[in-house]
Amino acid sequence: MSDASLSSGAAPKPRGKSLLVQDARTRKRNAAEKRFRAYGMTAILIGLFFLVVLAVSIIRSGAPAFTQTVVDVEFTLTEEQYTAAEGELFKTKAYEGLLIEEIRTALDARGIEVAFDADAIQRLLGKPGGTLREHYRANEQDLGSPVAFKLAAASRVDGYLTGRVTRDALQDSRFLQGSDLDLIDALVDAGIITRAFNWNFITGADSGVDNPGGAGIGASVVGSFFMMLVVLALSLPIGVAASIYLEEFAPQNRFTDLIEVNISNLAAVPSIVFGILGLAVFIQFMHLPQSAPLVGGLVLTLMTLPTIIISTRASLKSVPPSIRDAALGVGASKMQAVFHHVLPLAMPGILTGTIIGLAQALGETAPLLLIGMVGFVARGYPDGVLAGFTEPNSAMPAQIYTWAARADASFYEKAWGGIIILLIFLLTMNIIAIILRRRFERRW
Amino acid sequence: MKDNHIAENEVATKNIKIAARDVQVYYGDTHAIKDVNVEIEDKTVTAFIGPSGCGKSTFLRCINRMNDTIDICRVVGDIRIDGEDIYDRKVDPVQLRAKVGMVFQKPNPFPKSIYDNVAYGPRIHGLARNKADLDDIVERALRRGAIWNEVKDRLDAPGTGLSGGQQQRLCIARAVATEPEVLLMDEPCSALDPIATAQVEELIDELRQNYSVVIVTHSMQQAARVSQKTAFFHLGNLVEFGDTDKIFTTPEDPRTESYITGRIG
Repeated sequence: MSDASLSSGAAPKPRGKSLLVQDARTRKRNAAEKRFRAYGMTAILIGLFFLVVLAVSIIRSGAPAFTQTVVDVEFTLTEEQYTAAEGELFKTKAYEGLLIEEIRTALDARGIEVAFDADAIQRLLGKPGGTLREHYRANEQDLGSPVAFKLAAASRVDGYLTGRVTRDALQDSRFLQGSDLDLIDALVDAGIITRAFNWNFITGADSGVDNPGGAGIGASVVGSFFMMLVVLALSLPIGVAASIYLEEFAPQNRFTDLIEVNISNLAAVPSIVFGILGLAVFIQFMHLPQSAPLVGGLVLTLMTLPTIIISTRASLKSVPPSIRDAALGVGASKMQAVFHHVLPLAMPGILTGTIIGLAQALGETAPLLLIGMVGFVARGYPDGVLAGFTEPNSAMPAQIYTWAARADASFYEKAWGGIIILLIFLLTMNIIAIILRRRFERRW
Repeated sequence: MKDNHIAENEVATKNIKIAARDVQVYYGDTHAIKDVNVEIEDKTVTAFIGPSGCGKSTFLRCINRMNDTIDICRVVGDIRIDGEDIYDRKVDPVQLRAKVGMVFQKPNPFPKSIYDNVAYGPRIHGLARNKADLDDIVERALRRGAIWNEVKDRLDAPGTGLSGGQQQRLCIARAVATEPEVLLMDEPCSALDPIATAQVEELIDELRQNYSVVIVTHSMQQAARVSQKTAFFHLGNLVEFGDTDKIFTTPEDPRTESYITGRIG
């Protein structure tokens, strides 16, 4: 080749267009490709931006729910004081008087002077006397020795410290008065009012409408957990069995076509329709207990089934037919071929579908409201595993919805905090699913 | 040498293993196989040749009722193995397939270990009484599949990790592990390179000692190399059936001749 070019003396002129120059068509195509890439990047950036906005706003609004304003007092009750207080007509009032004395001495010891009365303490702490009395009646051995009490402050105090309540906007009311703010400032200076981690928010149950400080999501987490157990235990076997039958065994005819179309349609039915169906069938007709996670689980199972069936069928379909042939060829029955070879290969896909279905079910609110699993039902933990299914309870999204709808502004941050817990629950579920899927995939 | 083999064979075994009479196969409204009559001998390699879509694979799959898995497929007529009608109501296709093994066009090992691939058939048919027994069966099958020496040190390795030719021999080992009497092969070498093909062909010749082998192939050279009997299919008809050397040297039907010489197909 080099010989040829040597002998001709000069490089041959390209016969058609030169490869070194882009023609108009190629330039246009390349430009289109670049534009398309830019669109894609923009789309992803927009998505990421909103994700970040969402995460930041959730964390910023929700974080205060995890801390709580407390009045931190060390209190010593002698045996004589105890007997004297128990002898009075208004017993909690007597304890309250002792507490006020304690706070006064604490302030005096730090050289802070501020005027306040018993009503102001009540506005700040609700009815602290009752809390004290309950403690000493339950733990008589604490009499005579100092006990550190962390008393939850009222929601307006909380609001003042977090900036939701300001001096200018405050109107004197039975909840909080302008003079109380001086007291709060003084107590903060004295280190008596502090913010502490609010374990009660994670472990507690819902409180009344006038006590946002005592509200916790724990009971609803338990409710959601039992509901997910019901959904998993019902929808996975039913869904997988239905898909295996439809995909591997059912004859192809008008009837199975009809079933298929209906399953696809069911996946698109609004969840509130399932809620009203559950109300009519499970509660009014079958007389299952109202507000029970069992019923919630049944309703959500109806919702989750189409998702699981559709994804399971897709993953069964994606198993190469040569595997079925191989199994049948060595004399396996159809069922053996499916259970020994096809199903294990389809398992990762089935798990993915299941986790998507469960995640949907976990976040569902509307059907739960219809069957009575509203937030204020979650007033305590169920006693025992069986009661977990049948006792009235709420679920996380319904609890969040209830909080968000309440008048007291403190519930607003509880709702955001609840969303954080919900997301953590969801992430945990997803991680477990991913680990399981890895394990199945490794078995090729 | 080869001719001697054939001659010996004809003298030694003349008993008919598979007899098909007036077999028709329909796919929906399509008449895929028309009036096929054929008698396949025991301990013989029978090759089915013919152009694509002529029905040779379809007919092969009738012999172990693999066509049952296709909803729209309908088989009419009468196929007997050792005189028993395999389309009889009382015949369970699962039992039939244990007796009539099959090797497919594309190597399709299970995504399991080499050992489990071979042990699967014996396990589901209960052929082994204990682990040692099963080990024996697996070793014997792998030896018969002419792959034992290559895989004996890595029986736990995935079957899908072998090369194409090894995979196909593994599939043959898997098929013979259940001790079938007939071995059906649907273009077993079409996905293999020439060296792997040669190995598999050698293997087929050895398998003839114990089994009645029916092989579908697109390669006429392969049919000539491995088979003693050849059947030529064309457009769903069995055009000619006879000794392989006769079909390839002096075919009776003009269609056979034009296919063999490359004028149709």
